[in-house]
Amino acid sequence: MSTAPVTRAVATAPPDERGSTLTGTGSLVRFILRRDRLRLGVWTASMVLFYAYFTAALDTVFADQAARQGRAAVMETPAGIVMAGPGYGLDDYTTGAAMANEGITWVVLALAILSILLVVRHTRAEEESGRSELVRAAVVGRHAPAVAAVITLLVVNAVIALLSALAMTGVSEGELDLTNALAMTVGSGLSALVFGAVAVVMCQITEHARAATGASLAVFAVAFVVRAVGDMQQQGGSALSWFSPIAWAQQMRAFVDLRWWPAALSVVTIVVLLWLGAVLASRRDFGGGMIASRGGRADARASLRGPFALAWVQQRTALLWSCLGLGLMWYASGTLMPEIDTMIGEVVESNPVAQQVFGADPTALSLNFLGIMILYAALCCAAYAIVMAVRPKVEESSGRIELALSLPLSRSHWLGAQLLVAGLGTLVLLAVSVYAMWAGAVSVGWEDQSFGDYTKVVVTHLPALLMYLGLTAALFAWVPRATGLGWVLIAYTFVIGMFGDLFDLPRWTSRISPFSWVPTPFVETAQAGDLIGLWAVAIALFAVAFVGFRRRDLVTN
Amino acid sequence: MTTTPERALSAPAIDIHGLRKAFGPVQALDGLDLTVQHGQVAGFLGPNGAGKSTTIRVLLGLLRSDSGTVQLLGGDPWADAVALHRRLAYVPGDVSLWPNLTGGEAIDYLTRLRGRPDKRRKAELLERFQLDPTKKARTYSKGNRQKVALVAAFASEVDLLVLDEPTSGLDPLMEAVFTDYTREAKALGTSVLLSSHILHEVEKVCDTVTIIRGGRAVESGTLEELRHLTRSNVTAVLAADPGALRTMPGVHNMVAEPNGGGARVTFDVDNDSIGAVLTALSGLDVRSFTAAPPSLEELFMRHYGDENAAGSTGRGGSDTAIGRHALSDGADTAASAR
Repeated sequence: MSTAPVTRAVATAPPDERGSTLTGTGSLVRFILRRDRLRLGVWTASMVLFYAYFTAALDTVFADQAARQGRAAVMETPAGIVMAGPGYGLDDYTTGAAMANEGITWVVLALAILSILLVVRHTRAEEESGRSELVRAAVVGRHAPAVAAVITLLVVNAVIALLSALAMTGVSEGELDLTNALAMTVGSGLSALVFGAVAVVMCQITEHARAATGASLAVFAVAFVVRAVGDMQQQGGSALSWFSPIAWAQQMRAFVDLRWWPAALSVVTIVVLLWLGAVLASRRDFGGGMIASRGGRADARASLRGPFALAWVQQRTALLWSCLGLGLMWYASGTLMPEIDTMIGEVVESNPVAQQVFGADPTALSLNFLGIMILYAALCCAAYAIVMAVRPKVEESSGRIELALSLPLSRSHWLGAQLLVAGLGTLVLLAVSVYAMWAGAVSVGWEDQSFGDYTKVVVTHLPALLMYLGLTAALFAWVPRATGLGWVLIAYTFVIGMFGDLFDLPRWTSRISPFSWVPTPFVETAQAGDLIGLWAVAIALFAVAFVGFRRRDLVTN
Repeated sequence: MTTTPERALSAPAIDIHGLRKAFGPVQALDGLDLTVQHGQVAGFLGPNGAGKSTTIRVLLGLLRSDSGTVQLLGGDPWADAVALHRRLAYVPGDVSLWPNLTGGEAIDYLTRLRGRPDKRRKAELLERFQLDPTKKARTYSKGNRQKVALVAAFASEVDLLVLDEPTSGLDPLMEAVFTDYTREAKALGTSVLLSSHILHEVEKVCDTVTIIRGGRAVESGTLEELRHLTRSNVTAVLAADPGALRTMPGVHNMVAEPNGGGARVTFDVDNDSIGAVLTALSGLDVRSFTAAPPSLEELFMRHYGDENAAGSTGRGGSDTAIGRHALSDGADTAASAR
């Protein structure tokens, strides 16, 4: 030991060996691609398929000019503007114009989520879990992990943009030219990258991955609202629209009157945000954030004193967001009611499949459309019911149930609390969805169905929804591994509800679906026998669940 | 000693006879016996996979026994679960908390349901365990989650503490705090079942020890009783030639090194041969002499050491790996096992 040359130990490494804050970036990029190859592969394939499918669907379903102009009329309504875009090319609504007008918002949404999750997963989440401590201890520069995440993001977005443009041009057999297709996909990708860059900044500011993701998604939500409100003020977008990165992709006017310069706004914003992120990153400590995370309550509220209160605390966030998201969506759908005849009328005339789904009678079109929307809304509530009914399973497999049931608390009490909160949540979500549809329709002067009619819809659908909850609970109690089977019933209900009349199936096959026992909304009157039957089956399922759960072993880890 | 007369007269806090529990083809518990008297701190030793947690889950009424009798605080842990749980607190080995509750909220929830929450006691425990109660549980490290469950357990006034590897993830300072509170609980007459594979922890606080292996108890008794069954370690410096010792019955693993004019010897001796060995030593001109009782490590080694050598127990290699780990440095290895 004493013979080791002391001079070498204290000498500074020569400049070329000292490395920069970016040393190791290349290896990290390969590492991220290796770790996420499946995830990124699925994202890429889904995005390309979405472009291809949307192009093909518009081309076939809205094959003639009249049908497309019917669609354009919808896009001029407030709901149309919120769900679609600023409305370039509505006078001559070609497939390309429809793609750009209606597709960009959703493409940017999907890509922004991809970008935010990717950035957070490979920077802040790695730091929080302590994994990047290992990486940073190796020959890796301070900025390398974040830069590697950004480079990966650029590569992924570039690949998606290129393949999507090729898919659009290919599927439309050249009708959508490659230049405009690239403008749409590259513009959308750049807009999404803005949100990825926002995530880079958020990862420096907050201490926790969830907070960084949440803050970045909130920025997207603001951008979404700003764009929608801005575009509503003026067709083609008002000054307000330009404050939203989503608009920067839409304002390139792909397939209508292409201009490239709005994309520069995205590029500049991305560069500024990344520079800001680098400055912040140099100033903060490893693992720390610019702002310390806000502490929660040191003592629980007085109300938190039982399993019901705890189940509510656990489920309320999901319920709130579901009510908000679905409520807005069904409200917007309700405002479409007066346009339905024009919108679907054209399609139904020319398309036999649509005729089967919506019925051939043009006078009943809007009523059938409303029925289908109710079916969708009810299926969303059924999905919510199943997600919440799976919660006890999550409590069990995570081991939290051990601590909960080591308390003076019977199993029935514990499960009952979970299911009661889930059931009430389902009822609230159903009511919010249905009344939001009513409010949307009324707000545009469509009053063919009264508030009472909508209330009947809520009352008749509730027992059917409780069946999904009861079925999942019973599965959890008796065959915990099969708890997720309730989803199969949802898929079955959807197929039967939508296309049951298309396939000439025996009557009993459709009767398996709980919704087949619910009277057709606004058309049939409720059959007391059917409803009592639904309630009886639901209650029986819950009883089976409680009996089973009381007698089985709990399976933890 | 500290038990009150009426408690001493009542049934033991935990009384298990011939408990069997199988999961499919795996026999997790194979005729286990375990008794914890009122007011006693009982160590429950064994590597992961030996059946400690399964036993505790049966005691908590989370699992149903296949056969055997189980009495918990005089009741049936399955049928009387709710009533019995009013009188016990449980700390799991790997605490999962509700992610959107803070540590403080989780503690309040647990203590409120057990009854008689005590704010001052909670504040004191938070201070001693140095736990920040305002953080969301999802941001806690394993050690901090463990502290949440420990604070909630020690803050509750109960007759029985069931602790399943409670200090996994805690640093030595916090382990010391844990030991203090366990002793305090014992002084108040609380019975404690402390499952562990950290031997020095058990040695510090336990009155009795049960060692389990392959789902059955292989040793059980007070620490003193168990030590009787085994050997002491002797080190002596002798002026005379120690050769004669080597052939004495009851002397094992003897090593002699030249030391000045005489020799330094170390050997293990069976406790029932100590008298004879001492007599022999006294004729060998003893210059210095130390004898140490067997540590729990050595007791433990006797039951798991041979497994380590064989490298297989029929229950998978993880048992032996854990046993070796825990013995080599006494460190917590629960994390690596999970």
